[in-house]
Amino acid sequence: MQHARSIAPARQREGSPWTGLWAVVAKEMADYLTSARMMILEALILLTAFGTVYAASQNLRAGAGASDDFLFLRLFTTAREPLPAFVGFLGLLVPLLAIALAFDSINGEFNQRTLSKVLAQPIYRDALLLGKFLAGLGTLALALTAIWLLIIGMGLLQLGVPPSGEETVRMLWFLLITIFYGGIWLALAMLFSIIFRQPATAALAAIAVWLFFTVFWGIIASLLARALQPAPPGDTQALINQIQLELLLTRLSPNTLFSEVALAMLNPAVRALGIVLPIQLHNAIPGTPLPAGQSILLTWPHATGLIAATIVLFAIGYILFQRQEVRA
Amino acid sequence: MTDVVIECRDLTKQYGAFTAVDHLNLTVRKGEIFGLLGPNGAGKTTTILMLLGLTEPTSGSVRVLGLDPARQPLSVKARVGYLPDQVGFYDHLTARENLNYIAKLNGIREPEMSKRINEALDQVGLSNVADRRVKTFSRGMRQRLGVAEILIKQPQLIIMDEPTLALDPEAVREFLDLIRQLKASGITILLSSHLLQQVQAVCDRVGLFHQGRMVLEGTVSELAQRVLGGAYRIHVEAEGGDAVAAALRALPDVVKVSANGSQYNVEARADLRAEIARKVVEAGGKLLGLSVDTPSLDEVYARYFQKGAAYAARA
Ligand SMILES: Nc1ncnc2c1ncn2[C@@H]1O[C@H](COP(=O)(O)OP(=O)(O)O)[C@@H](O)[C@H]1O
Ligand SMILES: [Mg+2]
Repeated sequence: MQHARSIAPARQREGSPWTGLWAVVAKEMADYLTSARMMILEALILLTAFGTVYAASQNLRAGAGASDDFLFLRLFTTAREPLPAFVGFLGLLVPLLAIALAFDSINGEFNQRTLSKVLAQPIYRDALLLGKFLAGLGTLALALTAIWLLIIGMGLLQLGVPPSGEETVRMLWFLLITIFYGGIWLALAMLFSIIFRQPATAALAAIAVWLFFTVFWGIIASLLARALQPAPPGDTQALINQIQLELLLTRLSPNTLFSEVALAMLNPAVRALGIVLPIQLHNAIPGTPLPAGQSILLTWPHATGLIAATIVLFAIGYILFQRQEVRA
Repeated sequence: MTDVVIECRDLTKQYGAFTAVDHLNLTVRKGEIFGLLGPNGAGKTTTILMLLGLTEPTSGSVRVLGLDPARQPLSVKARVGYLPDQVGFYDHLTARENLNYIAKLNGIREPEMSKRINEALDQVGLSNVADRRVKTFSRGMRQRLGVAEILIKQPQLIIMDEPTLALDPEAVREFLDLIRQLKASGITILLSSHLLQQVQAVCDRVGLFHQGRMVLEGTVSELAQRVLGGAYRIHVEAEGGDAVAAALRALPDVVKVSANGSQYNVEARADLRAEIARKVVEAGGKLLGLSVDTPSLDEVYARYFQKGAAYAARA
């Protein structure tokens, strides 16, 4: 006999899917904010922020900072040997923080045998999943905002001037994008926590993806571009095509999207993100600075991409979770 | 009709080609304690999950408190308390914090929330450890906390899956007492177990599950009547040889007599102790002992499956 019945219940459901959402968010956020792993990572990021920004401000004070209109932005991007700039650290630490928050969010409930009990309360699975995600995102937002405030505070003390309106807008937009960037890794880790019953497996899988994009994707993109779009010597058009393909491929990585946003927002001189993409943030191309609004427009597609990827990952997790048996 | 709390009609659940629950028909009425009994893998948990709308039936219908759990899961889950087998808690939180979360998920707000939580903690006897982390709780305490989580909902129906599993005998007794208290307050209870002996004492009616089918249903003595042929098992110790055995066999309502030296086991449809005592003496025997067993479900179960083939052929 053939199974005619399809997957998830598609019929009309009673009541709102978000019943109980805020109860979940409140409980999960309290858990996150008091958990030891969160405190360790938060301390690590704060330490990094303090170290790099302090070093940067020393450099800026020593150098010809006075004529610079964007001193506060330089706090993020100025590196002093042997430390890289703070944005470099952010690109690494934010995914780690997000993964650490979410890698056991669903399988942890399974293993604690709390899942069937919670789902026997008058809520839908939607509320549990979204509640956990929002709590993670809220925690990230809180942590990152605290770090931004710390950096601005240090800037005020060390540089003795307040940030300009332009700088404030740029820093805020960059904060927002950083939170979205964390959102992707949060959604990914959550997806793995639905797929894998063992939290350790889920954490390793998420870290593997992170390593892949951080270390290998650049190389793979370049190899792929060369294979798919060969450029014979002397053929400039083919070379440009090849580079554009490579750029397209690297932009499939959230890391690339994030570093391009960092580049555009923290370096007002950057007028386009494309073939001119410099590898190092502080080696900006000379030119007149772009207004903050223009820079935001420039990075709009990146923001959309980050959010879209987050939604896709969340949706996959949602579908898998709806179909999952609740019994442990 | 209004006092029917659970009603299943031809309820069936298949996992691929495997049928976990097979055309289950079940009716539980208000105020009853119904025992869903059967060995591991019989389909008890699957049935319970369908009652709560946590698993979709493949076919058939379920009504819980007149509601369809697949279509109105929120209404059903707001009215039904569920204690899963080996219930878990957030171990880093205190008992009260765990209860708080469940109350909030049920939309219960202050000041009602604190009131209900304190009452529930009182009723299960955990008030003095309410602010301790659940990490430190014994199994018996965890089980009672599970009941407290149910009580704060003030449910009309409580469903417990293997509630006495993994409890020591003392904790089992306390737990069964708690169940009797709940019944006294008018709540309907469905509980599942594979330990027939333990739940026999509290269940008004039981259903025996085997391989996804409900093979027997009724009160314990009805089942004994049907399966053992006699509801009463009387032990007689008497000296007097064959004459005694013959006299016992001659009694009306005696189903079977088995002898072992001076020990006789009599299966009867009624409590025949007085008649047996008279007959033994009349037959010239010397009566040394006389006692009656109420039949145990274990026995019913074992006997049923000895005859399983015959029943299956008739079904
Ligand atoms: N998700 C599943 N997929 C396939 N088979 C399952 C699944 N869940 C349960 N079963 C099977 O269904 C049968 C009934 O299981 P269950 O309802 O848990 O029994 P019980 O609670 O009586 O021990 C078992 O044989 C079990 O292996
Ligand atoms: Mg079971």
